[in-house]
Order: sequence, then C-alpha cells, then structure tokens
Amino acid sequence: MRLLRIVPDNTRFRIVHWRRLAYPFSAAYSVLVLVLFLTVGLNFGIDFRGGTLLEMQAKSGKPDIAQVRQTANSFGFGEVEVQEFGSAGELSMRFALQPGGEIAQQGVVTKARATFSEAYEFRRVETVGPRVSGELVQAGTLGVVLAIIGVLVYLWFRFEMQLAIGAIVGTMHDIVLTLGFFLITQLEFNLTSIAAILTIVGYSLNETVVVFDRTRELLRRYKTMPIPELLDLSVNTTLSRTAITSTTTVLALVALVFFGGTAIEGFALVMLFGVVVCTYSAMFVSTPVLLYLDVRAGRLDQSEELAEAKARV
Amino acid sequence: MLRLQARKVILVLLVLVFGCGLAVPNLFSPETRKAIEQGAPAWIPRFLLPIHAMTLGLDLQGGSHVLLEIDRADLIRSQVTQLRDDVRRILREERVGLQGGIGMTPRGVQLRVPEAADRAKLMPKLRELAQPIGTFGAFGPSGNQSIEVNENPDGLIQLNVTEAGVNERIRRAVEQAIEVIRRRVDQIGTTEPNIQRQGLDRVLVQVPGLQDPQQLKRILGETAKLQFRMVADQNATDVDMLPSQDQGGQPIPISRQVIVEGEDLIDAQPAFDQRTSQPIVNFRFNIRGAQRFGQATTENLGRQLAIVLDNKVISAPVIQSPITGGSGQISGNFTVQSVNDLAILLRAGALPAKMTIVEERTVGPGLGQDSIQAGKMATIIATVLVILYMIGNYGLFGIIASIALLVHVCLILGLMSLLGATMTLPGIAGIVLTIGTAVDSNVLIYERMREESRMGRSLVSALEAGFQRAFATIIDSNVTMLIAAVALFTLGSGPVRGFAVVFILGILTTVITAVTLTRMLIALWYRWARPKALPF
Repeated sequence: MRLLRIVPDNTRFRIVHWRRLAYPFSAAYSVLVLVLFLTVGLNFGIDFRGGTLLEMQAKSGKPDIAQVRQTANSFGFGEVEVQEFGSAGELSMRFALQPGGEIAQQGVVTKARATFSEAYEFRRVETVGPRVSGELVQAGTLGVVLAIIGVLVYLWFRFEMQLAIGAIVGTMHDIVLTLGFFLITQLEFNLTSIAAILTIVGYSLNETVVVFDRTRELLRRYKTMPIPELLDLSVNTTLSRTAITSTTTVLALVALVFFGGTAIEGFALVMLFGVVVCTYSAMFVSTPVLLYLDVRAGRLDQSEELAEAKARV
Repeated sequence: MLRLQARKVILVLLVLVFGCGLAVPNLFSPETRKAIEQGAPAWIPRFLLPIHAMTLGLDLQGGSHVLLEIDRADLIRSQVTQLRDDVRRILREERVGLQGGIGMTPRGVQLRVPEAADRAKLMPKLRELAQPIGTFGAFGPSGNQSIEVNENPDGLIQLNVTEAGVNERIRRAVEQAIEVIRRRVDQIGTTEPNIQRQGLDRVLVQVPGLQDPQQLKRILGETAKLQFRMVADQNATDVDMLPSQDQGGQPIPISRQVIVEGEDLIDAQPAFDQRTSQPIVNFRFNIRGAQRFGQATTENLGRQLAIVLDNKVISAPVIQSPITGGSGQISGNFTVQSVNDLAILLRAGALPAKMTIVEERTVGPGLGQDSIQAGKMATIIATVLVILYMIGNYGLFGIIASIALLVHVCLILGLMSLLGATMTLPGIAGIVLTIGTAVDSNVLIYERMREESRMGRSLVSALEAGFQRAFATIIDSNVTMLIAAVALFTLGSGPVRGFAVVFILGILTTVITAVTLTRMLIALWYRWARPKALPF
C-alpha cells in the first residue's frame, strides 16, 4: 500500500527567514484589526449586549419575513432585526435591550409569543438583562486573561522564560487575528465565541509547545549551532507532525461546519480559522521571536541537564 | 517496552473495558435503567450497575433556564416597614408619646421623643430589635448588628437597617425562595427541575422539557402573599387603599388588621362554582386559621371580607354566614388557567420578596432533537474522515491509532456518565474537536519513530525511542491545553461549561489511550509479526 505523505522527509525550509514576509503581514493585519475594532466594532450577541433573541419556525409553508418584520417593528420595542436562517422556514428576531431594567425585557417575550404563536413554533427564546450581560463580559475577559497567565507560569517552570514569552506572543497574535475574523465577517460574538477563543488559546499553545519542545532538545544537543539554523531545524523536524495534526483537526471541524447544525456552525467556522492561524503562527511568528530573545542564556544548569538527559534515555 | 507483562495487559484491558462499559447505560431508556437498578441484587455495588447516564443539557432536550434575582430595594422596603411596626408596638407597650409620627427614611425610621425620661425607658427596648449577624464559629459572632440605633440629644431617634443586616436578610430570603420555588415548580409536574442558589441574591431554575415557559414565569413571578382582611369604611383609621380586581383596579379601603395569613392555609384546589359554573378556588385552613376565620366571620356578618393577594384585592365577598369549618372559596373574575395558577401559588406559599427574571433561555424540544441529530451526524462523519486519513498516512499503525481514538471517545462518554455530567451542544462540538486533536499524541509518537528509524536506528529501538521521546512533548502540550480548558470551566457558565468538561476529560483520557493502549497494541503486533521495518 502506498501511503499518504504530505511533507517529504528531510525538508530544509528557511522558516525563520520568512519572518520578513510574515511579520509585516501580521503587523498590517493587526493594525487592520485595531482600526476595525474602533470603527466597526464587534457584533455583540445578546449575551454581552443584553436584549432578546427569538427563533421561530413557521408551522406551515414559508414564513413571511416582511410581514413579521413589520408586525415586530410596530410593537414599539425599537428596530427589530428579522432574519431567515438555516432551512425549513426558520427565522430569528432580535430585539435590543429595552430601557427600564430587567423587568422590561419580559414584555418583549410576552408580546412576541402572544402575537406569533399561532403561525409559528418558538424554537428558542433568550433574554439577557443589562446586569447579567455586564457580568458575562467580565467573566469572559477574565477567563482569557487567567488562561494566559496560567500557561505563562507553567511554561516558565517547564521551559525557560524566553520560550514562555515566545509562546505567549504567538498566542496573543492568534487571539488578535481571531478577533479580526469576527470583525471582518461580523459573525456574532457571544459566550460560545469566548469558548472558541479559549480553545484557540489551547490549540495555539499546543502547536507552539511541540515546536519549542524540539527547540529545547536541539539546544541541548547542538551547543554551537547558530540559533537561526537551530530554529529552522526545530520547525522542519516537526513539520510532518504539524501537517498531519492540523489536517485531522481541520477534517473534524469541516464535519462540524457542514453537519453540526446552525447552532454550532459559528463556533466551528471560528475554530477552523483559528487552527489555520495557529499553525501559521507557531512556525512563522512565535518561533522567529526567539531570535530576539537570548535563548542560550537561560539554559538549565549542569546537574539538572544531566538528570534530564538520564530521564530521557 | 516491547516486553508485555500479562498482569499489566489484563489491568489495562480491564480499565478500558470498564471505562467504556460506563457509556453503555446511555443506550437504555430511563425506564430500563430504573428497572435494572430495582431488579439487581443488593450485594452488587451501585456504581457497577449500568444505571448512570449522562444528563442532556437543556439545549439538547429542550426546556427553560431562568435566572431570578431578589429585588433588593423591595426587600429593604419590607424590612423598614417591619421595623416601623415593631417600633409602633414598643411605643404602645411603653406608653410613650411622640412629637409627630414615625418618619420613614430610605434605610430606616426616625421618631422624635422630647422627654428624656421617655427616651431612657424606650432606648433599651429599641436596641433589643437589633440582632447579631454572622455565624458563631471559632471567631465568635462577627459583631455586626442587623439594625443601628442612634439617639440625638435633641430627642431624635434613628433606626437604620445595616448593610450586613440587609445581606443576611437576602441570604435567608434566597434560601426560603428556593424552597418555595421548588414546591411551585413541582406543582407544574415536570421531571427533575434543577433549582440552585447563584451568588448572594440569585436563584437559578432549570426545568427540562417544559412545553409552556410562560406558565413557569407566571408562577415564579408572583410573591403570593395571601391575607384575609376586612373591607373598612372610607374614613376609618389604619386603612390601606388597595386596587380591587372586581372593580377594574379601583382602590378600595382595606383594614390594616390581618385576620388570617397564607401560612395558615393548608390546601387550595381549583374548582367550579356549582351555581354559576364560574371557576373558583377552594381552600382550607389549619386549626389556628379556622378558629380566627370563624371568629371574624361570626363577628362581621353582613360586612365585606377582602381576599388580598400581593396587595391586590382578588375578591371581596359579603359574609353571608359564619364560616367555622375552616374551609371556604375564593371567587372572582377568573379563567380556568388563572384559578389553576392561583391554587398553585397558594399551596406553595409566599416568596419572601419580589423576584425579577434577569436571564431566560428557552429551547423548544424540536430544536433540541434536531441538535442531537446534527451532533451525531457530525461526530460520525468526523470519526470516519479522521480514521480514513490516519490509515492513509500510517497503514496498520493508523488502524491502531483509530482503535485508540474510538476507545478514547467511549471513555469520555463513560466518564461523563459516571460523573453524571451534562452533555450540551457545545459538548458535542468538544467531542468532535477532541476527535481531531486526540490523534495528535499518536502522530507525535509515530513521527518520532520514523525520524529515529531514518537516523539509522534498529526497529526496536526506534519504536522505543518514539514512545519515550514523544512522551515529554505529549505531556507539555496537553498540560498547556488543560490549563486553558480549566480556565474555561471555572469562568464559563451553562453550555460553555459543558464544552469545558468534555475538553478536560478528552485531554486526560487521550494520554491514557494514546500512550498506554497504543503501546500495548504495537507490542502485540511486534510479537506476532516479527517485522523488520516500520510499516509506514
């Protein structure tokens, strides 16, 4: 049987060299993200903005979007977003946060149910009041920050500070680029998006750690090899593993995008983008960062190195 | 490593078979599991029985998730009102005269007692109203008091509820509210509602499989403070003007004196009035309530008795004859649905304070079914794709990785069942994602083997080096992912948490399956086939 082989043996790509292309690209993208963040902004879902979301399905035939929109707008709860989505006559209605605190939101649900329940089946109803949405924003941000700090501490203990910094730079880069994906596509940013971002943090670190693990090993083995060459070797020797793992993950995510249903589609799309970005950044962003940090300075002292070597053989 | 110890093999197989066996109960219906539990002999430990299954999240089985918050302002208001009544009682008992009345401030009451002798008599009694707050643990009471009493030399006395007092009151109110809500939700008759405290002042109510969430919200929203009071004359003293349902919201004067309260009620049932065939509620009092009700109806024949619910007059019938048996009926402008709700509320008792819905998430059962179908589909397709790809890349070793992958998914499901964890829609996404990443450990090991073999090592030593060298990388990469997943679990809520649980379990089991199981299978293959080179 002839087996698949994506990456040939003994590749000699000058990965570190390509930072001259990758860095300007990532920098430009990051600036774009910042500009979009300040001008367009994220399309926050009701988890963070507060408000009411209703998903309905027509009990028979096609839903009359124009009529639903007109009726909903006449409620006097402000401009209502009405959209068709998925298949089989599903549509969603979004009401902005109503002034008047937590109780005011309930009026929206009651009114909409009373009006539409004859012709439509209510598939999903979500209402988030102003205080809860504020707390969710806090918890979400805190989660991402805590995860990064936790990983930084672990990598600092397990590796050297230089490698930990390299990994964190890569992770931040991936978070920024993923936010960019949300900004450009205007995909809704909600609690699930926070889950996606934290998963990407995990995946990004996973990718970087595999390369850095090899870097650490090579640092011990080749004491005199120039750093750029050593970094290139780290990436090249792990390249076929990176290719295979990314492909399996992409395959699984593609299955989610196409067959997971509308509720999970957004999450899967973001993850798909994230996996590609993480693979790119582990090779072209975080590894070259090590060039600017003195990785040989923080080497383990002799006795530790000996113990480590023993444990590995 | 290629030497196999029989003991070890048996142990690993036992763990894996047991772990995967834990997932089996999910194939049975709840009734079957119940039957197995009841049919099994008593000497078999419960955890060995196939009775533990995963709980499906509300997003998969449909249902309502409602977050309620105690209305702090309302609670303070009722605390201040109670304080005023206490002060009034003390003034009456001590026969102390006031200059002016009792003034209410946002956080308490104030009164002016000009005579110093009166104040000296009054102050100790007023101070008794304050209660110490906090647990009497190793450090003794925390020293906080529920009420602060201040006395000015010019005769002004101020009583204020303290922050600690309010918080203590909220804590107790939430506890009581949980009980009341549980009883009310049980009355609707759905299965296994989940009711729990969240933070200081919130209660989370999750009711699976509810068809009409509006009914749940109606029932949760009412405080249901029931009182029987007399309708008073227009110009009588000690009167509250309360809106009347009978007269289209017109306020009518109601005596402040309460004859019987809801807590003396022992039963309430919806019924139809036999004469008018209008929906009514039949109720029954306990002995104390029956006695008071009997006395009041005897003394006030011909007058109107007001039935007051949450400071609204539901109905104010004229007392035709003394009601001494302890039971009566409430009639008014009711529909069948509203007498039902009213009966539930009366039976379940009063909420200690007004509660506001701050978050609601309802998923219809149809959507939940669709999500499960889509999730199953995505899982199967992802598994098939990954398995084909792995076999394409590694041939025989790809089959070994696929076996490890399938066992891995079974282990996640088994552990989730054992823990009684909740499977949510993001949880399914977590499983699919884990399917993609689980083979990473295998890939790391195999690629290392190839590398070592290319560098000229013998097959045996390449196989061994593959496992040993890749192990540190596997640990490092999985621990970093684990840290991110734990952060997700700690800070996430609801479905996001469901995702984090799957992700954490996935990371933990991947190390077991990819390293231990794969190693065993490769050792078996080596013994059986005696190969000369890697098969990929």
